[in-house]
Amino acid sequence: MESIGVLMACPMSSYLERELDKRFKLFRFWNFPQKSEFLNEHADSIRAVVGNAFAGADAELIDSLPKLEIVSSFSVGLDKIDLNKCKEKGIRVTNTPDVLTEDVADLAIGLMLAVLRRICECDRYVRKGLWKTSGDFKLTSKFSGKSVGIIGLGRIGLAIAKRAEAFDCPISYYTRSEKPNTNYKYYPSVAELASNCQILVVACPLTPETHHIVNREVMEALGPKGVLINIGRGPHVDEKELVSALLEGRLGGAGLDVFENEPGVPEQLFGLENVVLLPHVGSGTKETRKAMADLVLGNLEAHFLKKPLLTPVV
Amino acid sequence: MAEPNNKELPEVIVLGIPWFLKFYGQQFSQNFKLLKPWESSLPLEQFITTHAQSVKAMLCSGGTRVNPSFLSQFPSLRVIVTTSAGLNHMDLSECRRLGISVANAGTIFSEDVADCAVGLLIDVLRKITAADGFVRNGLWPMNVVYPLSSKVGGRKVGLVGLGSIGLKVAKRLEAFGCIISYQSRKKKPVPYPFYPDVHQLATKCDVLVICCALTDQTRHLINKEVLLALGKEGIIINIARGPIINEMELVQCLMQGEIAGAGLDVFENEPNVPEELLSLDNVVLSPHVAYLTEESFQDLYELMSGNLEAFFFNKPLLSPVLDD
Repeated sequence: MESIGVLMACPMSSYLERELDKRFKLFRFWNFPQKSEFLNEHADSIRAVVGNAFAGADAELIDSLPKLEIVSSFSVGLDKIDLNKCKEKGIRVTNTPDVLTEDVADLAIGLMLAVLRRICECDRYVRKGLWKTSGDFKLTSKFSGKSVGIIGLGRIGLAIAKRAEAFDCPISYYTRSEKPNTNYKYYPSVAELASNCQILVVACPLTPETHHIVNREVMEALGPKGVLINIGRGPHVDEKELVSALLEGRLGGAGLDVFENEPGVPEQLFGLENVVLLPHVGSGTKETRKAMADLVLGNLEAHFLKKPLLTPVV
Repeated sequence: MAEPNNKELPEVIVLGIPWFLKFYGQQFSQNFKLLKPWESSLPLEQFITTHAQSVKAMLCSGGTRVNPSFLSQFPSLRVIVTTSAGLNHMDLSECRRLGISVANAGTIFSEDVADCAVGLLIDVLRKITAADGFVRNGLWPMNVVYPLSSKVGGRKVGLVGLGSIGLKVAKRLEAFGCIISYQSRKKKPVPYPFYPDVHQLATKCDVLVICCALTDQTRHLINKEVLLALGKEGIIINIARGPIINEMELVQCLMQGEIAGAGLDVFENEPNVPEELLSLDNVVLSPHVAYLTEESFQDLYELMSGNLEAFFFNKPLLSPVLDD
């Protein structure tokens, strides 16, 4: 398989890079500043694209790779892949579900605790010597027992619910249609969900329908004591509105792992103590990234050996 | 309770300036006549001999050292209500000898403390505070892939102490897929494996969470041997009392990479924190706030007030410290 060209869309995992290098002819897209020159020269040998949450395979790229057979995403989210185009052209698509569910859910709860209990702020307080000079830190907000509203009740949403329940948090959710087998309270709109919970967490896929699903109305419904947690995709939240809601105190706090324009983060957030800002690390543990990489490799090998794909989407 | 206009309010001497009095002082004053030494120009001892000789009730913080010489200054004292759950600041046998009842904060802080223990553990393993600092310092655009952290699920967590706090930590961490075992003075009717010895527990686990009381037996319970047994991937979380860990040996082990990280809310000599820890990014530091939320303080006020009321009405204390 060493002659099969695989295009890696951006840096994502040195382990995955090494393994792809060993087994295929790997092209690192970010090493070629002149994309059109690169494509002119190598497009015909590229039969696979490996993408992730930052960069995948949009219509333009797909059209410029006439021999493309499979897009294997190093993520569970598929928003960076033009799925319709792939379906049209018979291109297979795989992702990495299940292996990252726990890590993302763990981080969602970690963000809730970090925001409500000001864990990062407390650490800074100690390191700056303020405990000695300014005395005790202030009262924070209890997490146990607070109501948690989840947008999306798929694998990740359910895993978040399970963890929050261990803290006696009442769980409610919004999905396009009510789920039959849960005891959690359903709300038919995100605004209603936000009005009825204290912590709102985004855990649904990013599609044209869910773009800016957390808008100004939702943030105001969540309110000055409410906390927004985003472990989905940046564009789920109207970021401009979020910044002004936080600066003006109309929203109580936010824990954000994703942003509309990564790695750009609105600088006005840097001085706020009621936010926690993470560089898209939801699945970023050694254990899980290896599992994800193995899934990408396994899917590619299965495809080129004409075996059934491990985690196909298309 | 007593009508303020018609009757003398019962006297309570307040010591250690429980700072939550700043929030609830007014409410307390509606039902009790608070003697507040810090508002007097008299030095403390003189204030006590002048004003507190007939006082029956005391409200004190976890920092007030209640020992025989202290107690001898209050000949009429019958009850001490302390805002702390921990009792390492009190000579309970002397109180017992003098017939002084003691009430503490009971278990009202347990949830918040357990939440903080879990929050610190996730933070250390997933590098939350470190990554937040990375973003705030504008470093993300230059280093698009942040260094990988460690998964929480599957960790073998050893709880040192399985009382009210330990049980709540266990329940929470189980939901993350952690495997729980514990060490305690006595085996408990719980499904988790029991180890009578902390060193053994540390050998079998890769996370230790300290949830026990500080006593003569638990002082420096966690030492270099225990930390080495925990191992190079090991994380230690302390939300109990600083002196349970030999702090110097903990610092050494962290500096030498003998354990992987720590989340610490308490220290041997608060508010002093060992300098060496301030430059480590595999530790998360907290200024003894695990118990401290708006909600727990409201609960604390109600409990403290309720205990004092019970005493003055000759009813059983709400959160008496029981003989062990």
